Amino acid sequence: MGIKKEKKENVSRRDFFLKSGAIAGGVVFVSLLDPLKAVFAVKEPKDKRKKWYGIGIDIEKCIGCASCARACKKENDVPKEPFFFRNWVEQYTITNEGDIKVISPNGGIDGYKQTVPEANIYKTFFVPKMCNHCAKSPCTQVCPVGASFESEEGLALVDQSYCIGCGYCVQACPYGCRYIHPDKGVVDKCTLCYHRLKKGLDPACMMVCPTGARMYGDLHDKDSKLSKFIKDNNCVVLKPQLNTGAKLYYNALSQEVH
Amino acid sequence: MERFESLYNALKHLDGYIFPNEIALNWDLLIVMYPYITGLVAGAFILASLNRVFKIKALQPTYTLSLLTALSFMLVATMPLITHLGKPERFYEMLITPHLTSAMAIFGFVYLWYLMVVLLLEIWFDYRYDMVIWSHEKKGLMRFVYKALTLWVSDTSEKSRKTDDKLGYFITVVGIPSAFLLHGYVGFIFGSIKANPWWSTVMMPVIFLFSAMVSGIALVLFIYMVISYLRKQKTDILCLDTITKFLFYILIIDFTLESLDQIHRIYVADESFDILQILVRGKLFVTFFILQIGIGTLLPLGVLGYLQFKKPKEKVRKVIYFLISICVLVGIFFMRWNVVIGGQLFSKSFYGFTSYKVDLIGGRDVILSLTWFIVPFIILTFLLWLLPPWKKHHDSIIEN
Repeated sequence: MGIKKEKKENVSRRDFFLKSGAIAGGVVFVSLLDPLKAVFAVKEPKDKRKKWYGIGIDIEKCIGCASCARACKKENDVPKEPFFFRNWVEQYTITNEGDIKVISPNGGIDGYKQTVPEANIYKTFFVPKMCNHCAKSPCTQVCPVGASFESEEGLALVDQSYCIGCGYCVQACPYGCRYIHPDKGVVDKCTLCYHRLKKGLDPACMMVCPTGARMYGDLHDKDSKLSKFIKDNNCVVLKPQLNTGAKLYYNALSQEVH
Repeated sequence: MERFESLYNALKHLDGYIFPNEIALNWDLLIVMYPYITGLVAGAFILASLNRVFKIKALQPTYTLSLLTALSFMLVATMPLITHLGKPERFYEMLITPHLTSAMAIFGFVYLWYLMVVLLLEIWFDYRYDMVIWSHEKKGLMRFVYKALTLWVSDTSEKSRKTDDKLGYFITVVGIPSAFLLHGYVGFIFGSIKANPWWSTVMMPVIFLFSAMVSGIALVLFIYMVISYLRKQKTDILCLDTITKFLFYILIIDFTLESLDQIHRIYVADESFDILQILVRGKLFVTFFILQIGIGTLLPLGVLGYLQFKKPKEKVRKVIYFLISICVLVGIFFMRWNVVIGGQLFSKSFYGFTSYKVDLIGGRDVILSLTWFIVPFIILTFLLWLLPPWKKHHDSIIEN
């Protein structure tokens, strides 16, 4: 009786080990595979009812006042020195000879001084820049600890309490939208004013834009202002060849803009 | 204002247009040191394995020295990275919560594998027998230290020594791909950044690997000659000839690969070509054409190539070898410089440049970089004192 019981116990113990081993192995295997999804696939949520944010900028409406850059610095505690920006405005001037001149004094906050004589200007326009909140964001891909991540609404965010400040994401962003915060030692970037969005408020830059050149919205909602803007204007994104899945759409974007 | 003085200076010296966040160079001299030091490790190890696995007997005098050199540099290889972090105290997060799609996160594991499994084990098997003997010879604390180093294994039988040798050989065989992996991976950290056309090339890991071998071999050559001089011992000229022969061959491969990369860039001439051309001809002219290609590559290639045919007197050759090792070490340092700093000097808008000035006095990055370059030599001195290769008991059994 005793022997029998012992045998049974042995078998069940082995079973237990086998099963838990298989489960542990399975978990390890899946956890190894899962992160690789980020390398291959767009992380757009399958559930189309959920919000998936994108941004639109109407270049023809931008007057280069840089209220957006100013408001952003104020709202998000961005250092006031001219080396740290979550958003900024560039002025492009293309001369009759085809020369391209770009300026953005203090991100546009200090105003623009046109040095090209008017007769020599072929065309000139403003391009507001900010995080493209890419669907296949190269910045979150390279973060060694996962402090940079994409929220389920499609926003590239940073957990600053976790970021180690290696600056790899700064190198990986093709649009120059990240910087290392000089006081905090961690990376900082546009969050599309996530803290405001969560309260139902518009991002600071959008709220202050006097001409309504900036908009954001749900790309899943085909009736949204943004979806209509993209459809009606044949919008393009910056550096499409890099396949970053950028979600910042410009209308009437000149090919000179990188 | 004072804190940002160097940035305001850079602002004054901008050429063309650069994204405002790009004015600050995030990866400074410390990140130049990181691939440089890692490369020295990989290269020194490959030199050791030429002796051990590929049975090139002439390299025997530098075998153990190569391993100890590799270990000394390996121990500080991550320090430039860690001290560069904005939050150095959080560095361990990379190991306990690695983000697996990040090349940098995986590097931590590649590093640990190489340090723990390859280098330490190989050196342990290589020295185990000697450490047992030394633990018998010494007294007091040193006896305990050597005993502890043997992990209290005191077997000195012929059988145990053969096992040591077999396992050591096996680890070296595993070590070769590991060394390739280690430095190839460092290349991948840069090569995989598609946002940066100066870095983004599939050639990057391979180029890094061969330049690593070149620099590691030059380093061991340099150290071997310095140590022999300090110990007032004659250097083995056959060994020196052989090392430099390999240095010559690998330098040819390295130069060919880098040229291929540049020729491909020039011929394809994609959208980034114009800005990169201005970069190389302008801001990188001295470090690229003169230091990396001229002094670091063409001069050693020419001289070593000449020495393959004409052999001047031993004394002259030794002086030449010594100078060449320094040239190569300088050249590879500037190769890393051109990659790391060069890659950040131009704007991703392709319309302009920022500038980078090393503050030679008082610059945090310079002091730390120098520290991380000097510390390995101190470690090496200590290791040579603790485990002197010249007091090793020669493996008569193994050689048979």
